[in-house]
Amino acid sequence: MTKEELKIKLTELIPAATIDESSEWLIINIKPDELLTTADILRNKPELNFDYLFCQTCVDWKTHLTMVYHLESTKFRHQVVMKVQLDRNKPEIETVSHIWRTAEFHEREVYEMFGVNFLNHPDLRLLILPDGWEGRDPMRKDFEDPVNMIKL
Amino acid sequence: MTDKFKSDSSLAFPGEVHPTPSGGVLVSKLDDVINWARSNSLWPLVFGTSCCAIEMMSAAAAKYDWSRFGFEVARATPRQADVIIIAGTIVNKMAPVLKRLYDQMGDPKYVIAMGACATSGGPFFYNTYSVVKGADHVIPVDVYVAGCPPRPEALINALMLLQEKIKKGLTREQIREESKIEYQKAV
Repeated sequence: MTKEELKIKLTELIPAATIDESSEWLIINIKPDELLTTADILRNKPELNFDYLFCQTCVDWKTHLTMVYHLESTKFRHQVVMKVQLDRNKPEIETVSHIWRTAEFHEREVYEMFGVNFLNHPDLRLLILPDGWEGRDPMRKDFEDPVNMIKL
Repeated sequence: MTDKFKSDSSLAFPGEVHPTPSGGVLVSKLDDVINWARSNSLWPLVFGTSCCAIEMMSAAAAKYDWSRFGFEVARATPRQADVIIIAGTIVNKMAPVLKRLYDQMGDPKYVIAMGACATSGGPFFYNTYSVVKGADHVIPVDVYVAGCPPRPEALINALMLLQEKIKKGLTREQIREESKIEYQKAV
């Protein structure tokens, strides 16, 4: 599907989402409680068939966090980006690891780096950081480490 | 290549040849011969943690070919290696591994800190929580190489500098002391 066709299809299937066309890939912005229904549509509608989560990450905007999901269809080779805004003080979102299995370790990384709590994740623990780093969230903009960090 | 290496007599075979009608007699010191042999057969450890490792591989490959100077036998085990080239960033999680590798190497052993990361943390010196600011916080370093990453010529120059120091008969402590003085001169 081309970007234009994809946009028409997505507005039809996910009316609650706002669609942004300003970048290379279509961006659909949704609310945290719409995540699972939207993900289900993207993954399972035969004409969309987004079966490949090729990047899942988080961005710290200082005022809020944004979860970013990059999706691709291995059948149609079209891509879409799904963005969800989270509360920075209590970041919580449903896991998508039962829809895209690769999210299991992507979410573990986002958990250790940004402290996002993924609900119903099968094994939410640190991925790369050594023991004892829970809750320190080193990729957040206001992260401080007086022992290891030399500030500039 | 600097002229220093061509003209320095410490790089030639240590000893004097006294010609006799049927050949010759060689007079030398056993210590010097051992150092000469040792310096011409430095086996590096296969160890690279980031992009410097690519330059190190290039220095080993056909174009730069460090085997011309006696480094060709890269060993995949620290027990058979003489020199460890720290080719890349050392993070806090890697530091105990590097220490263990160094401890497992048999004496005499030498260390080259290749590039900015291994020397000081380099581009990760500021605002990083995970990087060791210089591999010399973990193990003692004999020769430092500047660059990010250093070119293969620079690495080979560093290896030859190490050879030169070994041939002079310096102990590891003296080699380290010399590199410190050279470093301070450069700064």
